[in-house]
Amino acid sequence: MAMSKTIVPGKKRTFLEWARSRDGQKVFVMIAFMVIPLVLLFTFTYLPFAEMFGFSFYKMKYLGERKFVGLKNYIKVFERDDCFGALKLSLYYMAGSIVQLALSLYLATVLSFKVKGGNIFKGFMFFPYLINGIAVGFIFKFFYTRGFVFDTVLQWCGFQLDNLPYWLRDQRINNISLVATSVWRYFGQNMVLFIGAIMSVDSELYEAAMLDGANKFQQFIYIILPSIKTIITLNVILSITGSLSAFEPPYVITDGANGTGTYFVVMHEIAHTQQKVGLASAMAIILLMIIFAATILQKLFFKYVFKNAEDEDINAAVRREKKLARMAARKAGK
Amino acid sequence: MSFRKIARVILTALKYLSLVFFSFVAVLPIVSCVVTAFKTDVEYQSTNVMTMPESWLYFKNFTYAFQNAHMGKAFINSTIILICVLLVSTLVGTQLAYVLNRFKFPGNNLIRNLFLFASLLPGVAMQISVYEIMTKLGFINSLIGYIIMMCGTDVISIYIYIQFFENIDYSLDESGIMDGASYFTIFYRILLPLLKPAIVTSCILKGVGTYNEYYNANLYLQDKKLLPTVATSLYTFVGPQGSKYNLICAGVIISLLPALIVFVTCQNQIYSGLTAGAVKG
Repeated sequence: MAMSKTIVPGKKRTFLEWARSRDGQKVFVMIAFMVIPLVLLFTFTYLPFAEMFGFSFYKMKYLGERKFVGLKNYIKVFERDDCFGALKLSLYYMAGSIVQLALSLYLATVLSFKVKGGNIFKGFMFFPYLINGIAVGFIFKFFYTRGFVFDTVLQWCGFQLDNLPYWLRDQRINNISLVATSVWRYFGQNMVLFIGAIMSVDSELYEAAMLDGANKFQQFIYIILPSIKTIITLNVILSITGSLSAFEPPYVITDGANGTGTYFVVMHEIAHTQQKVGLASAMAIILLMIIFAATILQKLFFKYVFKNAEDEDINAAVRREKKLARMAARKAGK
Repeated sequence: MSFRKIARVILTALKYLSLVFFSFVAVLPIVSCVVTAFKTDVEYQSTNVMTMPESWLYFKNFTYAFQNAHMGKAFINSTIILICVLLVSTLVGTQLAYVLNRFKFPGNNLIRNLFLFASLLPGVAMQISVYEIMTKLGFINSLIGYIIMMCGTDVISIYIYIQFFENIDYSLDESGIMDGASYFTIFYRILLPLLKPAIVTSCILKGVGTYNEYYNANLYLQDKKLLPTVATSLYTFVGPQGSKYNLICAGVIISLLPALIVFVTCQNQIYSGLTAGAVKG
């Protein structure tokens, strides 16, 4: 039976026969295993995405009638101060994430070499990442309250309470206070990622470098940095798109009051409190387009930079070789 | 030589000083919360926040916060959500990764990219229209609805699984096929047990995320008395009780105890999970 089937491929099998064959099983397994994830993906990502695009052309609430208004929502987003102006706050978050990356890179480098109590330090610094957002909100409302934790610690350091600003109310400083909480929460997580990347560098490279007499700083510049540049780039890209869509710190700590409302906080307020769904959708679509543009630009930029960096790496290697040769020659001369 | 030695000592001192300083910064906000959670109302109002409480055995704030914020109910709900979400998303995620890794078919790459692209969309923005869909499905104020929404497999765990499948030799599948096992049997009996390390890793990541999720829980589980999760139960303290920080801190500490316990016990798995997720993601 089986042989005759393979000999005469043109012969049509009945559906049942096909279903029992390997090919049929394959298709069944594929369908059975992919239906649920794909249905979830479409219902909670792509369908809402399409709907949101549609909403952005209507004046509407979640319930009740809808009125087609064309591009009016988009025009409004650019006209209203509280919408587009809120994107300026992203600069604070970008600056914060650069500080965060530098800090966690430093700590990761320190901790990947032998350090007494390294695991305890790592644990302390990582733990904030595991706290839920609302708890973080309360912790920092408490932390920054006038005369409370932060002010007390600063007073220990010799500051006068009268000279200290209201950390969450003073518009000159409150965005920085909020960004600091985000750095507090994520620098440990970033550090753990970097440690993981540094650990995956071949340890022979360090040994070789030590034999060549390279100090810790040179090891960092010539070995660690080049080998973890991919993950650093990834984090830079994530941090820039992340700062455009900054949401959590102002949402849980100040609720966007006193000029701390980032773009998404304003959008959330417009969508769920004021129920201007159309306007909020237009805001979302505009920001998504900005994020995509930023992502693509950054990818291109880093591709370009890396191309140059790699060339430089080769030069650096050549220079190193020459230097070593010179040193060897000098030693031999002695 | 001696100059070098001095320089090295100074550098080491600076290194440890910076480590101690940043650990202090990381821990200070939490420690101040713990200190305040043990204070009586009178003590809280009369002493500085950083003065130690009179007694470390004053647990009334904890019991009051626990009852007032319906945290008993919240722990039950969070546990149900956690178990269901982890079960479903592990099963769905591993199955999807199996098909994407083992079968070549047109659209394989398209599906991978669809998931990847989905991860670029910020959740807060998507909730504008997801809210509409959840309303239509009758999923507002429904634990099941919330669970289903949270099950949407995330890209990171799919990548962890796919990466893991790549390292499992295909000859295992082949020997199964030779023995006449169906694809289901091969997946459940042979491959799934081998995936255990990857499953543990992504369950820890997803578990932490689910336990701490509050934005959607707040949006879709609006009945805070019947359907609180541990994270949203803390919303009880917004409003009239907004300045009784000895109570609030007690609530906060209760809510982060489970995370602390998991962290202390599976520290290394959490680290490796994060790293595995990030390198591929």
